[in-house]
Parts: sequence; C-alpha cells; structure tokens
Amino acid sequence: MQFKGTDNYIASNDLSIAVNAAISLEKPLLIKGEPGTGKTLLAHEISKALDKRLITWHIKSTTTAQQGLYEYDAVSRLRDSQLGNDKVDDISNYINKGKLWDAFESEEQVVLLIDEIDKADIEFPNDLLLELDKMEFFCYETGQNIVAKHRPIIIITSNNEKELPDAFLRRCFFHYITFPDRETLKEIVDVHYEGLDQRLVQRAMNIFYAIREQRNIKKKPSTSELIDWIKLLLVGKITEEELNEVENGASPTPYLGALLKNEHDSKIVR
Amino acid sequence: MFIDFFLMLKNHDIPVTLREYLDLLEALDKDLPEYNIDNFYYLSRTVLVKNEQHLDKFDMLFGAYFKGIEQIKTSDIVDIPDEWLRKNGERLFSKEELEKIKKHGDLEDLLDRIKDLLKEQKERHQGGNKWIGTGGTSPFGAYGYNPEGIRIGQNESRHRRAVKVWDKREFKDLSQDVELETRNMKMALRKLRLLSREGRAEEIDLDKTIKRTSKNAGMLEVEMVPVKKNVVKVLLLFDIGGSMDDHIELCSQLFSAARHEFKHLEFFYFHNCLYENLWKNNVRRWNEKTPTEEVLHTFNEDYRVIFVGDASMSPYEIFSRMGSVEHYNEESGKVWLERFKAQFPYFVWLNPVPQNEWKYTESIGMIKKIMSDRMFPLTIQGIEDSVGALKKKANTSKEV
Repeated sequence: MQFKGTDNYIASNDLSIAVNAAISLEKPLLIKGEPGTGKTLLAHEISKALDKRLITWHIKSTTTAQQGLYEYDAVSRLRDSQLGNDKVDDISNYINKGKLWDAFESEEQVVLLIDEIDKADIEFPNDLLLELDKMEFFCYETGQNIVAKHRPIIIITSNNEKELPDAFLRRCFFHYITFPDRETLKEIVDVHYEGLDQRLVQRAMNIFYAIREQRNIKKKPSTSELIDWIKLLLVGKITEEELNEVENGASPTPYLGALLKNEHDSKIVR
Repeated sequence: MFIDFFLMLKNHDIPVTLREYLDLLEALDKDLPEYNIDNFYYLSRTVLVKNEQHLDKFDMLFGAYFKGIEQIKTSDIVDIPDEWLRKNGERLFSKEELEKIKKHGDLEDLLDRIKDLLKEQKERHQGGNKWIGTGGTSPFGAYGYNPEGIRIGQNESRHRRAVKVWDKREFKDLSQDVELETRNMKMALRKLRLLSREGRAEEIDLDKTIKRTSKNAGMLEVEMVPVKKNVVKVLLLFDIGGSMDDHIELCSQLFSAARHEFKHLEFFYFHNCLYENLWKNNVRRWNEKTPTEEVLHTFNEDYRVIFVGDASMSPYEIFSRMGSVEHYNEESGKVWLERFKAQFPYFVWLNPVPQNEWKYTESIGMIKKIMSDRMFPLTIQGIEDSVGALKKKANTSKEV
C-alpha cells in the first residue's frame, strides 16, 4: 500500500515518503507548511488514493480532547428520567461518540484528519497523547475500553499558531510542505486544468512568481491562490498577449484580488 | 546503526530521543523507501525532525555526516564482509540475474560475482560506490540499504541532481522563527489567569439547577451559566534600544508568548526609563508618541503592568530632571514610575539581565527599590514568580 499522489494531487517524493512511513509504522503524521500548500487536502487525497473512508475532525478554539472521544449528555438523561423514558436505564444511550471513537470502531482502516490542531487550547495535544500512542481510551461512564480495531491513518495539520508539546511531537512523524518548485507547480496546474494554452500558463506563472518574490509582502500567494487565479483568467478569457503586457508592466494584473488577500500587499504589487 | 549520526544530531541540539531513533530503525527495517540516499534523507528527516526550525540544522548535519563517506578509499570496497553481501545479494541483482545465479548455484560464486560487479561499476562511473565504502561498516550496508551507486542491472545513473536536496538549505528561513520557542513562556504566563464568566451560557450550573428543581417539586429545571474565561488584562511596557539590544530576542519571545495568551494586551515602548511619552511603533517613535498621562488615564487599575527592561542606565536618568539621554524631561523618571505604581497596583519589572549580575549595576538596584522589590529575571522561573506577584497588590503606601 503506497501513496504516490492522485490524479489531481501531486505529491512530491519527500511527501510520499513521509506519508508511507507514517502509514507503515502506524504513526500520526503532522503536516505543517505555508497556508495554501495543500495540507488539509492531503488527507482527502490519501483517503481517495487508498480507497479508505475519511473522518475529519476540525479543531476550533473551543474544542476539547474529550469531544474527540465521546461526550456524556447528562442533561438529556436527567430530562428523560423526568419523563419516565425507558431509555434512561442504559447510560450508553447518552454517550455521543466522538470522531476518534468512530475511527477506532470502524471495521476497516480509515483516514482520520485532525485539522488545524494549533487552533485548540494549548493543553489539547497533551490530552491526546495516550489515545494517539496506544490508539485506545477508556469510557468511564460505560466502563468500556475502546481499542482501535485497525489503527487509523492519522493526518494532523497545524498552522503554527501555537507550538505543540515535545511529548506530542515525539509520537508523530513530521513533514513540512515547502512551496513547490516551478516544475512541480506546473504539474499541479496541469492536473487541475487540462489542455491549457502552455504559453498562457508560462506567462501566468512568471507573474505569479514575480509577485511571490516581491519583498515586504505579508501573505505570499500560494498554490491554491494560483489555481483560483488561473481559473479567473480562463473565465475572463484573458489572452496570453494581455498577460505579456502585464509582465512588461504596461497594464495592471487582472484579478489581483485572487492572488493577494491583503490591502497592504495589493498596494505594493500595483 | 547510525548511532553516530543520531548522537551528532543530539549533540547539536536537535531534540532527538531514543524513540525517534528506534522509529528510524524500524522504518529501515521495514524497507520503507526505495533504496537511495535521497529517499533515506527524506525518511530520516520525517522521522527525526519534529519542528521546522530544526530542519535547516538537520540538513547541514546530514550533509556533513554523509559527506565523509564519499572520501573512503575505493580499495576498501572489495573487502565488504560476506555477511553483508549475503543479506543484500537479492536486492543487488535483477530477476534475470537471480535466475542466472540460481544456475550457478554456488554462494561463493555469487559473492565473487558481486565483487566483480562492484569493481566494474566503480570503473564505469566515478563515485558511484561511495555508500558502501566503509568496508562494510557503512550504516547502510548492514541495513541492506542498497546505495544508488552500486545498483546493478540498471542502465542509467540515478544521480539526477547536481545539488543534494539537503545542501539546498530550503528551510533556512524557518529556523529564525521566534514564535517557536515560546511554549514554555506561554505555559508560565498561563498561570496568570483570572477566570470569570462571560458570554453565552453553555455550562450547567449544578447548584442552581438543584435548587430550582427542588423548588419546582422535583421537575427538572436546568440552569446554565457562561463558561469561565481568562479576563486578565495586561499592559506590557518594553524598554527598547541601547543596552536592550542584547536582549531583543528574549523580549520578542516574551512578547509573542504574551500576545497569544492574553485577550486584552496592550503594549508600549520606552527607552531606559519611563518619561512623559511612550510609543507603539519603534520606527516612528518620534512622530507617533502617546503621552504617558494618557496611558495612565486610559487603562484602569485592573490592568497588570509588566515592565520589561534591563534597568541599566545612569542614575541621573532615574532621579534627575533633564536626566534622560534622549530629550529634555521636566520630571524625573522616578516620578513617572511612582505615578504608574499609584495607578496600577499590580505591576512587576522583568529584567533580562541575569539575576546574579544585578548587583554590578547601580541603577538596577534603584529601580528594584522603586518597584517595591517586584523585579524578576526574565527566565521561565522569573516569569512564574512574577505571575505570582501580579496576583497580589503591591503595598503602594510603602515609601521608597
């Protein structure tokens, strides 16, 4: 079982090695990198390529580790007890399974994406140490020990808003997605839009790289922005000649808003 | 296997532990990557390095460590222990060749043949056998790591790159990221939490619920309260320029830690000692000043004030009018510091100068005295202590 990218996702050699190492050693893979380099997409593509179900767990600032395991809905149970509902005798009726439970319980191996782990509270990763290491946890309410039937392939993404504790890092493999080089980027564009006018793509990429290389830019445009921008160029029927003029500085960049998301940056580029 | 490489990483402060090392061995044991040095580099990088800030250092060390192997004498190559060859024979030969070998049948023949092939290979392209040069003690050898140079039965050279990946040093920029070192500081600052309830009611208030339910003759009546949140407000005052330049890194770490830890955080800069103006943007400090009076009026006494400075200056800058090195000040620094103390009962001074050196600078002692001894070194321990102090009001009535 080897991951080599898919029809619409170009995985560089180092990325596929990292993914395959994580899969065969059954370790979570922590992915970092510039925004827009396909961190989250990776998990989706792994699930597609290996034909496995994907479970996504999006982390927010209020997410707790416990929510990933299960939540005990004591309030509904109390309410039901008032109403004399028979359900009430069985506590397991009030246990809401979390994403990790789902993943552990699944009959076949799944891909579990823990997206943007850095958004959660600083203690969050520490609360998941045992769960990720042993792939099991204990449900106190029902006295069950939930053990993963098949250790899921876990992909964790982080945008570096908070650091992760060492103990957590030790349990993961780590890969930093760098911005693709020109060749790879060309391949990425090609898988998204087939049969494009190659000269147009070349021009568009020249402009794109020129913008990326500008100093003082706060948020450099990344792969996803380039893809969107090329789409706009196509929709707007921008020709290669027009882009040529942009390159020579004769006219402003069309649809600059797709590439730059910051007022300050657009001023610099213009 | 690779123990030297592992220790080298460790000695150069890349935080690798036994666990990473064993993971790497396990990965190699499972024959994960296709055998070539680039793949080995990627694999070891993904297993050993857990933080992009170390990637650059890792690249350099990897280059340095594996460069040595290129210099091994070629005469050593034919002395590869049979043991190694036995294990790796299968990988070295293509299927067709294996068939042929089976016809030969004899293991001795097989070993001889490998040696012949290795020699041939050496003559055919230079440097192609560098990875097994260590006379069989090469780390790759024992793990069956078939180095690209001696890949037999393959026509084209697999050396496609002129520059090794790790020599590109792609991660250079990342190693300077300050934010990455601040976890400890954040953990320390965390202790400065004043939890109070704010916002949407989403937690069950047990006491009230029980009370209401019993009033309601046993019918359940749920009472909710908002979740507790950290509402502490912090005013950070940074000394900047001059002697503080030595400490700028530490201070920016503190700043980035604090910025993420507190919702209400205000910061200002000053130079050496507080005077009538503060500023927010150091580049434009002469144009965009904020009068200190205004700061004193704007923020209420709930704000925890943290001064960060080395407090190293001439005593005139503290005690005299017109003592500032930068401008004409009507009132002495001490007067301004006292005003801050009067307005903000919760304050501390964090000093990046190591504590055992404080006694050598007169002004540190003076500021410390003005600050009612609430001066702490800018270390994790110091931050923790200062957090403790910030929870208590200073005895401001005490005369200095």
